[in-house]
Amino acid sequence: MSEQSYILLIPLMPFLAFLLLGIPGKGAFSRTAGYIAGFAMLISAAISIYTAIGYFSDWGKLNGVYQQLNPVHYTWLQFTPDLSIDMGVLLDPVSVMMLVVISFISLMVHIYSISYMKGEERYNIYFSFLSLFSFSMLALVMSANIFQMYIFWELVGVSSFLLIGYYYQKPSAVAASKKAFIVTRFADLGLLIGILIVGFQAGTFDFRVLIEHLGNPGHEILTLRQNDFSPISWGMLLIFIGGAGKSAMLPLHIWLPDAMEGPTPVSALIHAATMVVAGVFLVARLFPVYYFSAWQVLPIISWVGVLSALFAAIIACTQTDIKRVLAYSTMSQIGFMMFALGVSGFGTEGLGFTASQFHLFTHAFFKALLFLCAGLVIHHVHSNEMRDMGGLKKSMPITHICFLIACLAIAGIPPFAGFFSKEEILMAAYERSKPVYWIALFTSALTAFYMFRLYFRIFWNANPHHESHHKEGPAGQLFTLIVLAAGAVVLGFIPFGNYVSTDGKPLSTGLHLVFSVAPVLLGLAGILTAFWFYKKQSDRADRFASGAGSLYQWAFHKFYIDEVWLFITRKIIMKGIGTSAAWVDKNIVDGAVNLSGNSTVRFSEKIKKIQSGKVQLYGLVYLVSVVLVVLIIIYFINRN
Amino acid sequence: MNNPGLYHMLFVSTALFFIGVYGFFTRRNLITMLMSIELILNSVCLNFIAFNKYAWPGKMDGLFFTLFIIAAAAAEAALAIAIIINLYRSHNTIDVNAAEEMKY
Repeated sequence: MSEQSYILLIPLMPFLAFLLLGIPGKGAFSRTAGYIAGFAMLISAAISIYTAIGYFSDWGKLNGVYQQLNPVHYTWLQFTPDLSIDMGVLLDPVSVMMLVVISFISLMVHIYSISYMKGEERYNIYFSFLSLFSFSMLALVMSANIFQMYIFWELVGVSSFLLIGYYYQKPSAVAASKKAFIVTRFADLGLLIGILIVGFQAGTFDFRVLIEHLGNPGHEILTLRQNDFSPISWGMLLIFIGGAGKSAMLPLHIWLPDAMEGPTPVSALIHAATMVVAGVFLVARLFPVYYFSAWQVLPIISWVGVLSALFAAIIACTQTDIKRVLAYSTMSQIGFMMFALGVSGFGTEGLGFTASQFHLFTHAFFKALLFLCAGLVIHHVHSNEMRDMGGLKKSMPITHICFLIACLAIAGIPPFAGFFSKEEILMAAYERSKPVYWIALFTSALTAFYMFRLYFRIFWNANPHHESHHKEGPAGQLFTLIVLAAGAVVLGFIPFGNYVSTDGKPLSTGLHLVFSVAPVLLGLAGILTAFWFYKKQSDRADRFASGAGSLYQWAFHKFYIDEVWLFITRKIIMKGIGTSAAWVDKNIVDGAVNLSGNSTVRFSEKIKKIQSGKVQLYGLVYLVSVVLVVLIIIYFINRN
Repeated sequence: MNNPGLYHMLFVSTALFFIGVYGFFTRRNLITMLMSIELILNSVCLNFIAFNKYAWPGKMDGLFFTLFIIAAAAAEAALAIAIIINLYRSHNTIDVNAAEEMKY
């Protein structure tokens, strides 16, 4: 225990709220649940910000280098003197940054939900699940041990499952929650095996020791640098698969669009800002290990990331459900973060790492903002579909401005937050890998296009048959929009490289104005295209779509990835493996069990006549056996 | 052959024992079977007395065991007779073969 033990309060507050609100069951706290959970999150967020200020300005630094601190440590399962699974708190720039992001966005989502979810039958259950999620996510980022992290990793999966399936009367929500859980569990299998391999190879599960052993060029384990895949590389690749499942990377992304069945604030918190970036966080946490011990995996990470970004951006251009567009946009932006890690170097070349974390930070704000705006819009028009919207800029002025700010931020237009982080990512890609850079550049133009497609279709593009008949939204919800919009405007000016870098030393990330010209111009081109297509109602977009022909159809059907997975699960796994396994189970396993049962029955039928009920017969048998036993004993005694 | 010795005692007790066993397995009347069990018990008592007298004279262990067995036999007789009466009430006989419902 040290003076920073108060950090335990950060996850503890939402956990207490979860217990308080969840235990009484449905219907309790039907008015106050939101305030209780919100208050717990407020304390949590305040402590997180206090911790961040303290860490970054005072006790986190030693000789100008940010340290990995371990203020709380408790040995939990001791296997051998060297190998134990501990519980503890690990503070480094990334986890402190994540604490602030998670607790702050969670606080905003809590405030927003107080009025958004009003009147729901399971109001308190909703907030208890939200608190459970906040608890698990906060505990995940501060875990000192990879196994401890795995526990919370599964807990966020569970709370995501519960919240996606919140409207459990809707069959589609139930299907979506099951899909999300199964797909991420499938990826987590890779994570678990990877943890075991890496833990076995490194002899520890503790992050600090792991990074010291495997993320340090001078350490003895690394003297055997091979160019082919070592066991550690395989383990790290499997760990990346776990992260890719959680972060909805290709081809494990199929659950994310469906997860939009959950309430919109949940999508904002879990499926945009926090849980889906857990995979990025995981890779960032183990980045020194990737860089020094498993560098073969880094190109895989960057290609998976950049292809996911491109692929999701193309799909997002064709979808009509606004939450699905946002979901694909999230996937695309996470792809940016992922490939930035993949192209990153170490030390003074670690721009990609810093850029990735910076983008994670800014993206959390503007993507949460987009979702919360979308929630208001959906409440306003009672539909998720774009075609039911249009011309809302008059009736929803605040939402309109906030949405515009968020769109500009995600499109990378200066001076909004997304510009700075995206420039850094593109810069990192440009320096280390040209093909990735070109794809990313094209994707960022697409990003601008699909976001402004959304913007123009919702707020312009006058739709005559929709009359506004109620107010824009409660003050609490608009307040959260304004706070997040302010974040999306100013957060880009944070000199992020000073705080978060691969080795804890400040990294200068200067802006290169000449370099920024191309992405910004492409972004503006995307916006203008969207403007031309969608400002007024016209058939330009439809004509273009039919011109693109099969490409449009493929993108509209999400490149049939869902169908491919269905084919794999239904036809190959269920029909092929499942049927034969069922045959073996029915005929061989059950057969063996039945055989032993039946033979016992037949044998006992044969010998049951002994139980004649005649007392004297029993006595005689008893006497004879006693005599026999005595004779045997006597025989053995005499033999010796 | 003037004074009866240990062998005589053991002969009598063995004879008693096997008479009891024979009676127990051949008689169908429960009262007779009970009497046979008493014979077996008495043969054991006789053994105790004989060994006490000839093997460890001056000690009392065998006598005490015998007294215990007599007490246990009295209790056992009371119990057995109670069982026999109950059997008679339900089956109107005390033939042991009548009480054979507890079978397969």
